[in-house]
Amino acid sequence: MIKNAKKNEIKKKLEFKYILAASLAVLLMSFLTAVAVGAAEVSLSQVWQALTFSGSSDKIIMLQEIRIPRTTAAVVVGAALAAAGAIMQGMTKNPLADPGLFGLTAGANAALAFSLAIFPTLNYFGTMLSSFLGAALGAGLVFGIASINKRGFSPFRIVLAGSAVSTFLYAVAEGVGIYFQISKDVSMWTAGGLVGVSWLQLKLIAPFVLLSLAAAFFLSRQLTILSLREEIAVGLGQKVFRTKIFLFLIIITLTGLSVALVGNIVFLGLMIPHLVRAVAGRDYRFILPLSAVFGAIFMLLADLLGRTINAPYETPVVAIIAMLGLPFFLMIVNRGRSDF
Amino acid sequence: MFKPEIIKKQKIIIFSLMILIVLTSLLNLVFGNSILTLDRIIPVLLGQGEFNENFILFSIRLPRLLITLMAGMALALSGSILQGLTRNDLADPGIIGINSGAGFAVALFFLYFPVEAGKFIYFLPLAAFGGALITAILIYLFSYDKNSGIKPIKLILVGVGFSTALSGAMMVLISSADRAKVEFISRWLAGDIWGTDCPFVLALLPWLLILLPAALYKANRLNILALGHSVAVGVGMKVKREQAILLIIAVGLAAAAVSVTGGIAFVGLMAPHIAKTLVGKRNQLFIPVAVLTGGWLLLAADTIGTNIFQPQGIAAGIMVAVIGAPYFVYLIAKK
Repeated sequence: MIKNAKKNEIKKKLEFKYILAASLAVLLMSFLTAVAVGAAEVSLSQVWQALTFSGSSDKIIMLQEIRIPRTTAAVVVGAALAAAGAIMQGMTKNPLADPGLFGLTAGANAALAFSLAIFPTLNYFGTMLSSFLGAALGAGLVFGIASINKRGFSPFRIVLAGSAVSTFLYAVAEGVGIYFQISKDVSMWTAGGLVGVSWLQLKLIAPFVLLSLAAAFFLSRQLTILSLREEIAVGLGQKVFRTKIFLFLIIITLTGLSVALVGNIVFLGLMIPHLVRAVAGRDYRFILPLSAVFGAIFMLLADLLGRTINAPYETPVVAIIAMLGLPFFLMIVNRGRSDF
Repeated sequence: MFKPEIIKKQKIIIFSLMILIVLTSLLNLVFGNSILTLDRIIPVLLGQGEFNENFILFSIRLPRLLITLMAGMALALSGSILQGLTRNDLADPGIIGINSGAGFAVALFFLYFPVEAGKFIYFLPLAAFGGALITAILIYLFSYDKNSGIKPIKLILVGVGFSTALSGAMMVLISSADRAKVEFISRWLAGDIWGTDCPFVLALLPWLLILLPAALYKANRLNILALGHSVAVGVGMKVKREQAILLIIAVGLAAAAVSVTGGIAFVGLMAPHIAKTLVGKRNQLFIPVAVLTGGWLLLAADTIGTNIFQPQGIAAGIMVAVIGAPYFVYLIAKK
């Protein structure tokens, strides 16, 4: 028996490695495509020169200063949100968990509105910090409300709590926007997508995202156990509370930073882990890395679609993802009868 | 059917709510930038006012007051029905996509369909109403199950999904518009009572006059639906039909209210709750109390919002949210 299980495990790991390698290859392809395709036409050799810093024409500079940071940001944000969604789904055992549905993005949004109102000349680090704190606030509210109840909380009620908290926080953001007459600036932030992402922003955000992702992978074993049953986790000697706090911190870091970079993206964190589970099963050691990679690919392609569908005008990526996400959400709701 | 003491309690509660509404209305009428003192209100109401007093009262303050009151009532009624229908205390008209559907339609209409200024304010509520209705229908269709009608949980989840997607889409619409238009749409979304003309009073009144009695007439069926699907079927109720009718009533009310006032959440959540804690869960009893509470809540929120935060004022919808969110937390904590 034990031998068999071990064999199975080895087989699964091997399978996982193949899938991971394949999806990384797809990610690389998508990245190159996203860099090469866009409003301004460039040749593949120019892309190569831009990536290897072996040339300096206008187009290459354009690639280096505009398109490559943008595509890199897509990778970073996509990976961050998808991983955050996966962790949330595991932690809350809720198939509908998503940073957008659970009040994190709304919190970041409200905090951004406040900070833009109080410090109009806020620098990039400030907005990043405030949207991080806002995400923490939103998540804290939803989870706090959820944990007040001793008997625990049905997945369904958390969704309702998330929806109510989001409504509240959006109202606050709007109120601040109207009162200080900065609605337009706030909405530019929240719907801006990846337009105008610079290396400077990326340099600030990417290290934190990478660190959080690494920490998440490190905790993925514990997450798998948590996602099964808390009693089992306790029984196996896990310090459940401490693990949860760490995971919570990871979630809000990933989400807060993503919002600071691209604004409100909903459904991405919901969709990707579900897609990944279809290929990788229920072990978060496999789900997390794959979610990050799939999320990055998805974001790259969505942004590419947004840039090209109505070129030279931009179709905001936020809208594309919201529209793609809805049918998916409906599908999960339809399928997940047993989960509620 | 009811014990005399219950009826007596009901009467006392309804009576005190009415007094509360009258007092708040007086405050609402008196406060403001231009002068209309408390002792002049009754004479002006009775037709003994001077021109400027008449103008302030009848053309500005009174229509706004009535609209706020009626919108609050409509939302509360809609919320009461939805809570009964979904067998969930946390349901709110916002959840079946009313606010986001109406908001999306308003943003779309405002940005892409230029109408001349005079007619504009009458077309906007129509657009909002249409948007709310279409969204509600879509949500209904997606949560419909052939065998058992609408499943409450599914209805709410699908609704949350739609709201989220539409909010995303709306943000995008807004971000591409110019500054002045954004200010207007934001104010609308925040539930800043904006339809403050007499015609809007007339636009809202029929809904309440027709649908409030209709809802009370259906109160017993709501009681039965609250016991669960199988019980309702067991006593011979045509569940799907009743659900559909009740849902239409709820959607009509909320859409009418939101189309005139802008996006207002939480009234439909709070009012039925307060009513239920006061008089219990029987629909005949709590629906009238909820309706009055809802009207009062929105009126109070508007009075506070417009007068405390001078000169621009805070939208009633935001005031309600600020009051409503802590209440919501309290609700969950208490369970």
